[in-house]
Amino acid sequence: MSAGTATTALRAQQDRGRKAAQNREKWAQGRTYISAVVVLIWCLAPAYWMVVTAFREVGFTYDTSILPTHVTLDNFNTAFDTSFGNRFGQALLNSVFIGVVVTVVSLLIGVFAAYALARLNFRFKYLVLGFILGASMFPGVALITPLFQLFTNIGWMGTYQALIIPNISFVLPLTVYTMTSFFREMPWELEESARVDGCTQGQAFRKVILPLAAPAIFTTAILAFISSWNEFLIASQLSSDATQPVTVAIASFAGAQPNQIPYTAIMAAGTIVTIPLVILVLVFQRKIVAGLTAGAVK
Amino acid sequence: MSTELGPTPVKSPASGGTPIHHGPKGVGEDNKILSQGKWASWLLAPTIIALAVVIVYPIISALVMSFQKDAGLDPVTGLFTAGGPAGVQNYVNWLAQQCSAPGGGTVACPPGTLGAQFWSATATTFFFTVVTVTLETVLGFWMALIMARTFRGRSLVRAAVLVPWAIPTAVTAKLWLFIFAFEGIANKLFNTTILWTGSEWPAKWAVIIADVWKTTPFMALLILAGLQMIPAEVYEAAKVDGATTWQRFRMITLPLVKPALMVAVLFRTLDALRMFDLPYILTGGANNTTTLSILVINQIRQGFNAAAALSTITFIIIFLVAFIFVRFLGANVVEQSGATGKGKK
Repeated sequence: MSAGTATTALRAQQDRGRKAAQNREKWAQGRTYISAVVVLIWCLAPAYWMVVTAFREVGFTYDTSILPTHVTLDNFNTAFDTSFGNRFGQALLNSVFIGVVVTVVSLLIGVFAAYALARLNFRFKYLVLGFILGASMFPGVALITPLFQLFTNIGWMGTYQALIIPNISFVLPLTVYTMTSFFREMPWELEESARVDGCTQGQAFRKVILPLAAPAIFTTAILAFISSWNEFLIASQLSSDATQPVTVAIASFAGAQPNQIPYTAIMAAGTIVTIPLVILVLVFQRKIVAGLTAGAVK
Repeated sequence: MSTELGPTPVKSPASGGTPIHHGPKGVGEDNKILSQGKWASWLLAPTIIALAVVIVYPIISALVMSFQKDAGLDPVTGLFTAGGPAGVQNYVNWLAQQCSAPGGGTVACPPGTLGAQFWSATATTFFFTVVTVTLETVLGFWMALIMARTFRGRSLVRAAVLVPWAIPTAVTAKLWLFIFAFEGIANKLFNTTILWTGSEWPAKWAVIIADVWKTTPFMALLILAGLQMIPAEVYEAAKVDGATTWQRFRMITLPLVKPALMVAVLFRTLDALRMFDLPYILTGGANNTTTLSILVINQIRQGFNAAAALSTITFIIIFLVAFIFVRFLGANVVEQSGATGKGKK
């Protein structure tokens, strides 16, 4: 065997290897796309079904054609109709009010704690962090019984404060640890420079850090608002017809006939409740993902 | 939990931003930390006080209540029972599924009453937790691996996974109730005639599917964040050394993503153990889908004190599970949550 044939054979083998690698690459890319489509369908199909049903005439509730058929806006009117005892419009206002108060209070209180946890060295820091994380994982049912009794005794059942105060128990810890991890990533050298220029630590915080922290605070506010907006357990027990938030209103949505669930109207209500959140989440997608995962990986 | 106490944690250069000088400057540093500690306690005070009011007070109050007898008409016997201290009777009643008997003493709770459901609710809660968290971990890992690859439309997928997460659970429950309706799309698509919410296993699976749909994205995003912390060079090096895809996954991806994965699994487990909204709205707790949380809520209107005992039991169960995770499975939540700061970057 001459040296020439050996080289040719080797080259042919290399070619085959390269082609196989290219094929593998193509095949992997193809599989990625197929998987991506499966994920898209799995995540979006049920949400799509809600929207399609929301726009479907009530007589065709169980129509199973995939594309929109019998399109109507009536369901949105039905959702706001109060003649069957539903108070969806009022519930929307309640949810916004409760969500805003809970978010503002939690941020006002939590921003200081987050600053301390991110910036200062002190004893028991890890203990405090552990306590706050533990608080955010706390089961709502463990709070509800004593609160139910307490609020009954002092006549707070069905009031806004009876809904706002328990919400703070899980929104505040969430706020603190999300902001803590955001604060760690900020350019704190600027604070040092401000202090060199003669600011006190408090002034440096107000004049330099707060404006810089605004995006982090805003993202945290969105996360806080969403978790308050989604709360159901406590509201289902402590709210009244006048103060119930949307989650409770949708869960107990009644139709004209007691035995028939008014699905199209419920899906319309669900769409109204969801669309603003989905838009908010998609617009601030990157920031929100950072905030959501902040507690887990940084 | 890794709680590092003491005035000068060794890790401090990474954890704050203020460099700690060792050696001769030590005394001055101690003063600085003391003043920082004072500052910190003022800044932390509002949060600690607020949490004490909204969490610690109710816990203590629930504990006190749980050792009291419920006064009022007994739902089983219809007789009036007086209140007063009960010792651990409420706890014993739940664990042994005993109800108070007409003559004093206790009898086994009749089937169908809340008192007879403790162990089945516990079993249901753990069943839901194990099945949903397992499915969510596997599916979430798969989704995260897809989202970590580079391909056109990746940002679309990353946006899409946020949609189920953004829909309120109450709406999710109604949506899946509609999908699983007898004449609904699920039966139509799979050409079945299952009365999904009408019997035990279909009802359980309806809850599981809805929960997995809603919460897998959260899992996927947490795992994805963990995956993105792994430097690409490690994979390159392994490739050069001739590691197969499976070897790279098992020897690099899994061990390096493990800390983030454990935290994600812990968060989801604790969340699943308190599951309430989905089964409450989807099945109303019928057909053996009553979780511990639903049992507490149903009990509240039949007696605060017994409900307080049950909620304390639920709390202890969740606490124990969290403890086991942190202690034995190495889910280091506190450290993962940012306490080590930029050191890892």
